[in-house]
Amino acid sequence: MTKNRIFWAVAAPVAAILNSLLFIYIILKIRGVDPLSMFSLMISYGFDPRNLVSELNQTIAYYLAGVAAAIGFKMLLFNIGIDGQYRMGAFFGAVVGGAVALPPVLHVLLIVITAMIAGGLWAAIAGYLKVRRGVNEVISNIMLNFIAAAVISYLLLPSMLGTLPEGSQTAQTFPIPASGQMPTIKAFDGEIYSFLFVAIFVGIAYWVMLNKTVFGFNLKATGLSFRAARASGVNAPRMIFVTTVLSGAIAGLVGIGTLLSDTHKYSMAFPAGYAFTGLALALLGRNHPVGIFFAAFLWSFLERSAPVLEFEGVPPEIVIVMQGTIVLSIVIAYEVVARINLRQQQRAVGSVSAEAQPIKESN
Amino acid sequence: MSTQSATPNKAEKAKSFFKSPARVTILIAIVFLVVSLVENITSAVDISSPGTSGATLRFAIPLLMAGLGGLWAERAGVINIGLEGMMIVGTWTAAWFGYLHGPWVGLLAAAIFGLLSGLFHAILTVKIGIDQAVSGLAINLIAAGAARYLSGIFFPAVGGDRTISPPVETLPTFTVPVLAPFFQGIDEKNIFLISNVSGLIYGLLTDLSVVTVGLLLFVPLTSWILWRSKFGLRMRFSGENPMAAESLGINVYMTRYIAISVSGMLASLGGAYLALVASSVYREGQTAGRGFIGLATVIFGNWRPGGVFAGSVLFGFTDALRVRQSDSVMAMIMAAGIVAGLLSLYYVLSRKWKPAAVSGGIALFALWMNLRVTNIPQEFITAFPNLATLIVLTFLAQRLTPPAMAGMPYRRGSE
Repeated sequence: MTKNRIFWAVAAPVAAILNSLLFIYIILKIRGVDPLSMFSLMISYGFDPRNLVSELNQTIAYYLAGVAAAIGFKMLLFNIGIDGQYRMGAFFGAVVGGAVALPPVLHVLLIVITAMIAGGLWAAIAGYLKVRRGVNEVISNIMLNFIAAAVISYLLLPSMLGTLPEGSQTAQTFPIPASGQMPTIKAFDGEIYSFLFVAIFVGIAYWVMLNKTVFGFNLKATGLSFRAARASGVNAPRMIFVTTVLSGAIAGLVGIGTLLSDTHKYSMAFPAGYAFTGLALALLGRNHPVGIFFAAFLWSFLERSAPVLEFEGVPPEIVIVMQGTIVLSIVIAYEVVARINLRQQQRAVGSVSAEAQPIKESN
Repeated sequence: MSTQSATPNKAEKAKSFFKSPARVTILIAIVFLVVSLVENITSAVDISSPGTSGATLRFAIPLLMAGLGGLWAERAGVINIGLEGMMIVGTWTAAWFGYLHGPWVGLLAAAIFGLLSGLFHAILTVKIGIDQAVSGLAINLIAAGAARYLSGIFFPAVGGDRTISPPVETLPTFTVPVLAPFFQGIDEKNIFLISNVSGLIYGLLTDLSVVTVGLLLFVPLTSWILWRSKFGLRMRFSGENPMAAESLGINVYMTRYIAISVSGMLASLGGAYLALVASSVYREGQTAGRGFIGLATVIFGNWRPGGVFAGSVLFGFTDALRVRQSDSVMAMIMAAGIVAGLLSLYYVLSRKWKPAAVSGGIALFALWMNLRVTNIPQEFITAFPNLATLIVLTFLAQRLTPPAMAGMPYRRGSE
């Protein structure tokens, strides 16, 4: 039984990826280019050591977004507010980091904690609305994403918390001094963010929390059945609120790797769109810390190697279509597998009860 | 027993019927009075100038179509987060087919491809039964990616750009005869309040696109279908209680298929409007989150066509002001503050302390904004619809009446 489950857990994502590869194959064929040579071009470009480094750096951000989404998913929460939470985290992390002068390690720690608090508090709005007001978290989070962007662009004004350096067009926060920066690891002519270790730690902590703690057990129980968890004494609304905040706190870390090791300041140039990516990665990785890592790597691999298609006359945006089809394929695969499992279980129960029936009669 | 329970019910109904439209009218009148007052004081002419009302309509239509699309889907019990993607489908197909075969064909193509994108969402959520939010988000992603991919292939070859289509012929516009000049005359006389109102009407009646009028008809049409037709009843039933509907012989799957396909078509037409009427090209990122604001208008309008219309006009109005003149926004905030202050006074007099505190707080906030902030960044005004929706959800969530089963998975024959 467990072997069967592990097989499906791996088979479904692989099938989804193959399915979308087939889809892209057909599209490229229609375009009149050789799909296989395109794929091999992408692979050789993507696995070039220099590109690998930037892919790994991007993977860190995606991974954290994926874990944040996964925490929500465990509670059947659809945290589409990761975008806003990540912005809030990165922005306030940058503001606080640029405003104080502390000893090196403490400074970094302050930024990281600030980012988690900011992300968590922003998520708390949606959590409160869900628990106390019965507002669907999908809707409130979509609205909150837009509002976060607005609030930050307002706070970035030079008259508020931001600054407009000489000769620059975009407002940004004050740069974080050297004591608040994180070193990078030199590898393959590139620099890997040391925030990678934080991401790994988050992944491990997520796994331990979920599988080895009472909190994690309650979390999973509430996600599986709100009413059953409540009946067995779990304060389910509180669990929902805490999980939302936790998910937001992790989401607050998404941009911190870039902030501490690369840009050292927040500006509007920070990318958007992490919300859906996070959800997609959690789905693809089946909410498992290792699965999410592979999914995150696949995502950044696709994005970094896509521009090479440009030279062959294929618009690189095809990768976005591919990501979308991967997500759709994976959820469809899960749905189909779940239905097959359900049918098997029903059949098993049916045969058991069919055997049990005569015994009851003989009594 | 029956008379006892029926009488207050009837009375209540009559009361609420008389109360709500009258109230709304009075409120609108007050708002308008304040607007013209503020306008005279701050000399921010743009709030009620003919140009603004025309622009409001132009900005409102895409939101309205997205909102109606969301309404159709949610009334049938499925949340459509893919509205944004379906709008992108509309902008792209309208521009491309419009370029090839003229704008009318573009409009038709947008309707057809929108219908298909809606059908896609329906198959994924109804037939296969995947999560409605995941399906919608994936559609957004795929539509955005596909539009950019196809633009990169097709547009550079025909005089466009990787992100911009070649220009499309414009659709005919007209100015309503007799009425438009009449109101223009009054507007120019500069009579307090009356001129403001006629300026607004004049703006609505000039250079009106045929498409605008056609798309506006979807509001009464949706209303009629929802509340007066057999299909509308089935649709609402599918959204409120699909199990019971199924047990009464309603084909919930088929109903949802149709409703969601129409939803896609409406959103796509909203996109087509952006490409063909509001501008004359497809441009990357043209929809700019309007699908999500459409989703907001559904909540804002309490899942009713008229409410969706009101919401999209309000949000379109803020959009129009933002684009035209940001001074006007400050004047608008001031006007809103005054209205909130009056409302607070009213609540204090009728001893309703909680709403009094809320509206008083809003009034103070508006006052503070006026004193403290000289200019609001564009993004902040862009987020107004989102903020308004969140506030409505926060304070009025208990009074909203969404379809009971919207967003819930439903499988035929299971609980």
